[in-house]
Amino acid sequence: MAARSSERLMRVAKIVARQAAILLATFVGLLLVTFVIGRVMPLDPVIAAIGPDVSQEIYDRTREQMGLNDPIWVQFLSYIWAILHLDFGVSFFTKQPVVEDIARVFPATLELASVGILIGALIGIPLGMLAALNRGTWIDGAVRVVTLAGYSAPVFWKGLVLLIVFYAWLGWAGGPGRLSIFYEGLVPQVTGLLLIDAALAGEWEVFRDAFGHLVLPGLSLGYGAAAYIGRMTRSFMLDQLKQEYVSVARVKGMSERQVVLNHVLPNCAVQLVTTVALTYGLLLEGAVLTETVFAWPGLGQYMTKSMFNADMNAVLGGTLVIGTIFILLNLFSDVLYRILDPRTR
Amino acid sequence: MSEATATTLWGRIRSDVPASSREARLTRLYFGWRRLARSSAALAGLAIIALLLLLAIFAPFIAPFDPYAQELSAQLRPPSTINLFGTDEFGRDVFSRVIYGSRYTLYIVVLVAVIAAPIGLIIGAASGFLGGWVDTVFMRLTDIALAFPRLILALAFVTAFGPGLNNAILAIAVTGWPPYVRIARAETLSIRKSDYIAAIQLMGASRLRIILFHIIPLCFPSLLVRATLDMAGVILIAAGLGFLGLGAQPPSAEWGVMLSNGKDYLLSGWWVATFPGIAIFLVSMGFNLLGDGLRDVLDPRQED
Repeated sequence: MAARSSERLMRVAKIVARQAAILLATFVGLLLVTFVIGRVMPLDPVIAAIGPDVSQEIYDRTREQMGLNDPIWVQFLSYIWAILHLDFGVSFFTKQPVVEDIARVFPATLELASVGILIGALIGIPLGMLAALNRGTWIDGAVRVVTLAGYSAPVFWKGLVLLIVFYAWLGWAGGPGRLSIFYEGLVPQVTGLLLIDAALAGEWEVFRDAFGHLVLPGLSLGYGAAAYIGRMTRSFMLDQLKQEYVSVARVKGMSERQVVLNHVLPNCAVQLVTTVALTYGLLLEGAVLTETVFAWPGLGQYMTKSMFNADMNAVLGGTLVIGTIFILLNLFSDVLYRILDPRTR
Repeated sequence: MSEATATTLWGRIRSDVPASSREARLTRLYFGWRRLARSSAALAGLAIIALLLLLAIFAPFIAPFDPYAQELSAQLRPPSTINLFGTDEFGRDVFSRVIYGSRYTLYIVVLVAVIAAPIGLIIGAASGFLGGWVDTVFMRLTDIALAFPRLILALAFVTAFGPGLNNAILAIAVTGWPPYVRIARAETLSIRKSDYIAAIQLMGASRLRIILFHIIPLCFPSLLVRATLDMAGVILIAAGLGFLGLGAQPPSAEWGVMLSNGKDYLLSGWWVATFPGIAIFLVSMGFNLLGDGLRDVLDPRQED
């Protein structure tokens, strides 16, 4: 038994080491891409930093100080070094370190994407199960239509339609922004997630207002997520339902409910978790578009604004943050899959 | 082709007894079509895309108004029999603009496919056929590229190169090649060991020749399916870039741009944003439906 568990430990260690190597390579790849994009920018970085009205002498000195005369690989290495020290440069527009800007706006995006993934998983998984258990019936067909529509519709359009119907026409939900203006600044910022902060402060009115503002952007993100998760759930379930153990369980006289809950679902669990994790990454991307529609003061809006100001440091900083989370989620789901799924042993 | 041979040709194709390699190809096409036609969803997708093509080609004949003609006395008119989808803030006819928008969509989709698919095809085929360290390096690179968030990278590209339709297309294509590599490589691996490749090798064909003329053509069907499925996503990303103001620029009648204009008139004119959105939605859905159907036809095992 002891030998077996140490063997198992070795196996896990091997997987982790391998994945760490892949992670490192992917991360360097991401840095290379952002580095190259930063370099091809038509705007001269020196002029971006000190403005066009300086003497040639100052220009040359700044250029030297910024390391722009070094060989390109030295520049790349110092770029990696800076990023590792969370130095993303200074935003051309806000005149603040990009890292601070991002730390300020990111919680809003995180909150939005988290609500989106919650909605996505809570609707998507049951929907997919329903479709798989009723394969080929009208229920399956209906779920197919609903899910297909979910990921064919652009997320910003879903947001606009929701705003038109539930805000403009019915007045049921809060409008753009995270809070109504008179609730602004009432709760102390602890996590930056308004729902949690409001709950911690016991300000339930603020909580309700924040929730009202979250519903529509959360739904427009969550629907797409539910569509994808539902579709995947259906195919995972169908794969399992084909297996012999299901027939055995049925022959044994287990109820269909028991078969599904005790056997089929646990066997899909790993795949489901990885799907949800990957979808979460996609939602961070989708949030960029959703935030524009809902005037949501998050990373997406920060990046879009920076783009129009040609604020390259800010855009690349945001790209790096989202890219890194993406890579980590990929890694997480991969590791989970390899460790938990017996078939990869 | 004369009438008499045509009927016999048709008979041979239908009964699956081709008399030449060309007829064999036609026969395959015919049976593929029959399988595709069994799925009403795939046919619906095909119909939507056919409609998109027709709209794009015949836009000037279908659109009742000039999509760029401003009519300041007719701002934000609700849908009516004259302006089917209403008018926008400059009094332009939204219906005509949606019709002309199909041209942008088609342009984007075709260009992205024409740029991204060949890159992926060549890398994938070379990787699969040559094997060894070439394969390892290419596949690692592809894995790395696959792990990147696509829309965000496209955003960063467009910011660097400047907004515009062509830069947006380039950005989408540059971030879109990895899936094609995977497919082309998988196909190549299954072809590589076959007897006819060995025969060509014995006849002295160079590796380049084998890859270009004997492997790549066989990768086309699965690549086509992948491209079709991919187009749904491409349309959404392109519309997203247009919506953010980084793709096609106003006053272009591109659907994403129109949506972006419309979002400022949600209260006074819901139709301005709604109809271009429906257009994006339908076309994206069409590609999804057709792609699903094609996949079932070409590879019935791969069902997900």
